Amino acid sequence: MKNNVNRELPDDVMAALDYKPYETTNIGNPDIQRVAPSVHVQTGDDKLVDSIEDVVKATVKDGMTISFHHHFRNGDFVFNKVMRVIIDAGIKNLTLAPSSLTGVMNDMVIEAIKAGTVTNITSSGMRGSLGDFVSHGNLKNPVIFRSHGDRARAIEHGDIKIDVAFLGVPNADKLGNANGMDGKAVFGSLGYALMDAQYANKVVLLTDNLMPYPNTPASIKQTQVDYVVQVDQVGDPDKIGSGATRFTKDPKELKIASTVNDVIVNSPYFKDGFSFQTGSGGAALAVTRYLRQAMIDNKIKASFALGGITKPTTDLLKEGLIDRVMDVQDFDKGAADSMHTNPKQQEIDASWYADPDNKGAMVDQLDVVILSALEIDTKFNVNVMTGSDGVIRGAVGGHQDAATAKLTIISAPLVRGRIATVVPDVTTVVTPGDSIDVLVTEYGIAINPKRKDLQESLGHLAGVPVYTIDELQKMAAAKVGTPKPLEFTDRTVALVEYRDGSVIDAIHEVKD
Amino acid sequence: MEIKQTALAGTLESSDIQIMLSKGTDGITIDLESDVEKQFGDQIRKVITDTLAEFDIDNGKVKAVDKGALDCVIKARTIAVAQRALQTQDQPAWEAF
Repeated sequence: MKNNVNRELPDDVMAALDYKPYETTNIGNPDIQRVAPSVHVQTGDDKLVDSIEDVVKATVKDGMTISFHHHFRNGDFVFNKVMRVIIDAGIKNLTLAPSSLTGVMNDMVIEAIKAGTVTNITSSGMRGSLGDFVSHGNLKNPVIFRSHGDRARAIEHGDIKIDVAFLGVPNADKLGNANGMDGKAVFGSLGYALMDAQYANKVVLLTDNLMPYPNTPASIKQTQVDYVVQVDQVGDPDKIGSGATRFTKDPKELKIASTVNDVIVNSPYFKDGFSFQTGSGGAALAVTRYLRQAMIDNKIKASFALGGITKPTTDLLKEGLIDRVMDVQDFDKGAADSMHTNPKQQEIDASWYADPDNKGAMVDQLDVVILSALEIDTKFNVNVMTGSDGVIRGAVGGHQDAATAKLTIISAPLVRGRIATVVPDVTTVVTPGDSIDVLVTEYGIAINPKRKDLQESLGHLAGVPVYTIDELQKMAAAKVGTPKPLEFTDRTVALVEYRDGSVIDAIHEVKD
Repeated sequence: MEIKQTALAGTLESSDIQIMLSKGTDGITIDLESDVEKQFGDQIRKVITDTLAEFDIDNGKVKAVDKGALDCVIKARTIAVAQRALQTQDQPAWEAF
């Protein structure tokens, strides 16, 4: 069957997993039923456990679904410590359902798959050796990729039923009151992990910093936690975030950033009280800097900034140019520290951030978002999941969710080396073109023809050439040539869900 | 034309290609290393082979490490390595352009 972005989906896999094809970005107003976790009643006096071995023995059984968060990113020690014990215990057929998988986890996941410990995976993304491993057909069941908002939705629906959540925290008391702000390996917001804490049947905290009871402020609460395990170190603070965020000197990135700024400032949304979200890439950070000047010059303040937060954004909060920061994760130490000290920086969970099946998510209120792309095609569909060789090397992240903003800007170079970014058809559709409003490249911009209003306001800016997206695609092809089409087998190695739980694309095994 | 010495042209910088050309007896053989092998391997080989043919080089071993170079770069590096290998770099082969 084909879905509404013209992707051929595997009928057998779709039927076996009871999936519907993607139809529309419009969520509508359905009535839905959320699930609740089971609770093993206790007074809370005996939660402290001596070892990971003991807690794994007490909680994990064959065939269960286990979860982790990725707030420690590449500084994570918790995932590998716990998975080592689970593999050595000989447990089989687990579904791994982390908020995402970072590079430091790759070797352990591959080992767990080879041992039969892990047979299903759902994640925001995967990269490096693990992406390569899965793309070469080494996991029997297809990986399910979900956006951060979709993961929250799936957990609330019971599509993901977490039996045991192993959550690393830089501090906790003996009953499990914990936050992400104090201790050695701090990462700020616990946004993604809060879903697991609320919905998993068993919640295990791992910490290297046992605090006197009661520990506040408590993001994860004692009412949610079954066990607390003390470990020597939960993470490497130097690898959690990028260090000092530096301003890019790359002229191409600067050109793109200043054009993104031109687009925002001249859009109908740039007015007092507007809201925005930027990513963490070089160009996105540069945009924040340009935007700061534009806000000062035009005496405009933002009501909130959303999403993954960086120091340039919390600096604007401190300066009073932003009124609130709604923080689901922090990309650097500056942003994490700011959450601790600035009461206007609010920790939000993934549901509040982006879950579509909601009584209102933050992304629904978002005016402007700047997102990246590995590829964007002439239908404005965006790929942030597979590389130009067809191998999995990315993550949905919040891309589909934030793209529902009123003005969604994709900032990307026209070509990267010999690889065109603007292509006739993306390798994998992650975010549908219906969500995308403007593409900004170093050569000029393309406006989605569906946005007649933006053609009007952005069509004649000084120094911002406007092309059709077909023209940009041809320009890219003229530079790099026409690549030989990628070859895949019929085998489905992954499905990409849209944020409503339908399937937007399938990823196939690469042929080498 | 006969290759007189092993020659090297280009760098390992992004968007460049480093090409080494040495004597061979078995036609043109190309050992190519490229991140875009899947999509552009055939095209890269064709540009190198066609450019060497313009110098009437029928036998030679090519070792190429590509870092995403465009065709114009591949051609320029091949011309450079061919002239160095033929020891004719004092008389640039303008007509090859």
